[in-house]
Amino acid sequence: MSMTEPTPDGRFGEFGGRYVPESLVAACEELEAAFREAWVDPEFLEEFHHTLKHYAGRPSPVTECKQLSKEIGVTVLLKREDLNHTGSHKINNVIGQALLAKRMGKTRLVAETGAGQHGVATATAAALLGMDCIVYMGAVDVARQELNVFRMKLLGSEVVSVESGSKTLKDAVNDAMRHWVATVEDTHYCLGSVMGPHPYPWMVREFHRVIGNEAYEQCMELLGDVPDVIAACVGGGSNAAGIFSGFADTRSELVGIEPAGGAAVARGIPGVVHGMASYLMQDEVGQVMEAESISAGLDYPGIGPEHAHLHATGRATYENVTDDEVVAAFQLLSRSEGIIPALESAHAIAWIAREKRLQGKTVLVNLSGRGDKDVAQMMDILG
Amino acid sequence: MTGPFETALRASRDDGRKLFVPYLTGGLGDDWADCIRAAADAGADAIEIGIPFSDPVMDGPVIQEASVRALESGATPQSILDEVANLDAGVPLAVMTYYNLAFRSGHPRFAATLARAGVTGCILPDLPFIESDPWRDAAREAGVEPILLAAPTTPDHRLADLCAASEGFVYAVGLLGVTGERDALAASATVIAGRCKQVTDKPVLIGVGVSNPEQAREACEVADGVVVGTAIVRRMLDGAGPDGIAEMVGEFRSAIDAG
Repeated sequence: MSMTEPTPDGRFGEFGGRYVPESLVAACEELEAAFREAWVDPEFLEEFHHTLKHYAGRPSPVTECKQLSKEIGVTVLLKREDLNHTGSHKINNVIGQALLAKRMGKTRLVAETGAGQHGVATATAAALLGMDCIVYMGAVDVARQELNVFRMKLLGSEVVSVESGSKTLKDAVNDAMRHWVATVEDTHYCLGSVMGPHPYPWMVREFHRVIGNEAYEQCMELLGDVPDVIAACVGGGSNAAGIFSGFADTRSELVGIEPAGGAAVARGIPGVVHGMASYLMQDEVGQVMEAESISAGLDYPGIGPEHAHLHATGRATYENVTDDEVVAAFQLLSRSEGIIPALESAHAIAWIAREKRLQGKTVLVNLSGRGDKDVAQMMDILG
Repeated sequence: MTGPFETALRASRDDGRKLFVPYLTGGLGDDWADCIRAAADAGADAIEIGIPFSDPVMDGPVIQEASVRALESGATPQSILDEVANLDAGVPLAVMTYYNLAFRSGHPRFAATLARAGVTGCILPDLPFIESDPWRDAAREAGVEPILLAAPTTPDHRLADLCAASEGFVYAVGLLGVTGERDALAASATVIAGRCKQVTDKPVLIGVGVSNPEQAREACEVADGVVVGTAIVRRMLDGAGPDGIAEMVGEFRSAIDAG
């Protein structure tokens, strides 16, 4: 099964769609048309890849984890998205969307952020391209990620602390959408994951496809084969979609790892929020539940619609790990390899460290971000 | 066949009356049902009852606050509709909520639940026309008229189809933005209402950003009527009670009747 285009109405199987207020439908259509045109325009592609190479530092390497592999009995390779400019994979998508927004004549970017990685990346792209930027961030996340808040401000962006609901990523998305409804004529919504209304899930995955394409080539060079398993953490699911896209056509098993407190797939109930039909944590009448995760970037009750489809068709599986397992994995990778992972990425490490059936197998983990932003929080937890 | 909600609004409109439809959040405070009856008695032509949702993306701070308060006090779609069933307001009732409640329940079941409570119209602001076919079929089947929103950004090529598919009335969104009060009626309000009226003879009501009786009067220069939410809900939040709501509805009524 390939990860290709959704249907013309933006469906991956039964998931996806464009469930947005009527005010935004035309903007989604305009964005789709602009992306479709840009994505086959050699000039746009050249600018995108040039910026990824000379500004963001791509390609990112694949690192073989000798010590960790020995310790847990699984051959572990890391796709080092933590080494990108701004410290995570988020920069790929943001550069793509900011270049596209500029091409569409938009002058402002609005974004939501959880851990602040997408917010920092958007603020960075806005600074690079001379655009105004406003980032919505839940008040809880503002408190636990204050370094990233300062970064965004330093980069010239306005940061709005969201006080509604659970005061985390879900509520930041609500307020970013409300802002977009009011400013849609001159503002592009730079959505940070493979979620939201069509064309976002598809477009964001395409901007991250570079991760999977590079990793495929790198694995063929290193191993002469694809890895047995590709593992990546999943909140909305952008880094997972990016790396999966390079291996969906191969024999590699695809595994997404959600936080136990935000396991939209495990609870398995379809719903519609934030513009898309997908799996959603919700109560029996359809009120959306609040996710609870140690990691601000995965603290989200839904999942991108293409992941829902990959799950429904069995092409990918979705596991979940507890906060305690994540804390242990954060320490494990730091100690064994000298790589401090983002708490988000540590979810994938936690799963391979726990999963006995992986013994003797080769696993490629998308190390989606670096852990500097989480060090203060971990100091509190570990004392 | 035209349903009872639209039939009632058309009859009033054709009598030369401008239509006033207040929005009240269901489950907000102990006296919300009395507030609805008071609004009906004070001259509302129909009433929109909000069923609160956890993530109301089309709503500004006032209706968000009302939704949170109602949910925290334990309001559910069923608890609200149980009271609505006993309202006997004497005017057509529509529910406004968000699509996931209908999706989660299942379209036919949700529509039937509304119909059993005597609700004959339903507005789902995050379900745009292009995604609305399955819901409209189920609603119509149950005797509930699906009221669609037309936005200032809706292109001409879609507007006629959208207006044709909407039942009850056409909800013309007055501005680009979420619900809430504004200092002046946006220029976009009468523009979108006028565009709708060119392609449909259904009642066209302007909602979102109609904040006071004077703005309602101005909107009615082009539109057949107005939907007013935030100004009313703010009064509910302030504890105005049925008398306060009746007074406010009376002020809107007088302004648009004086036209």
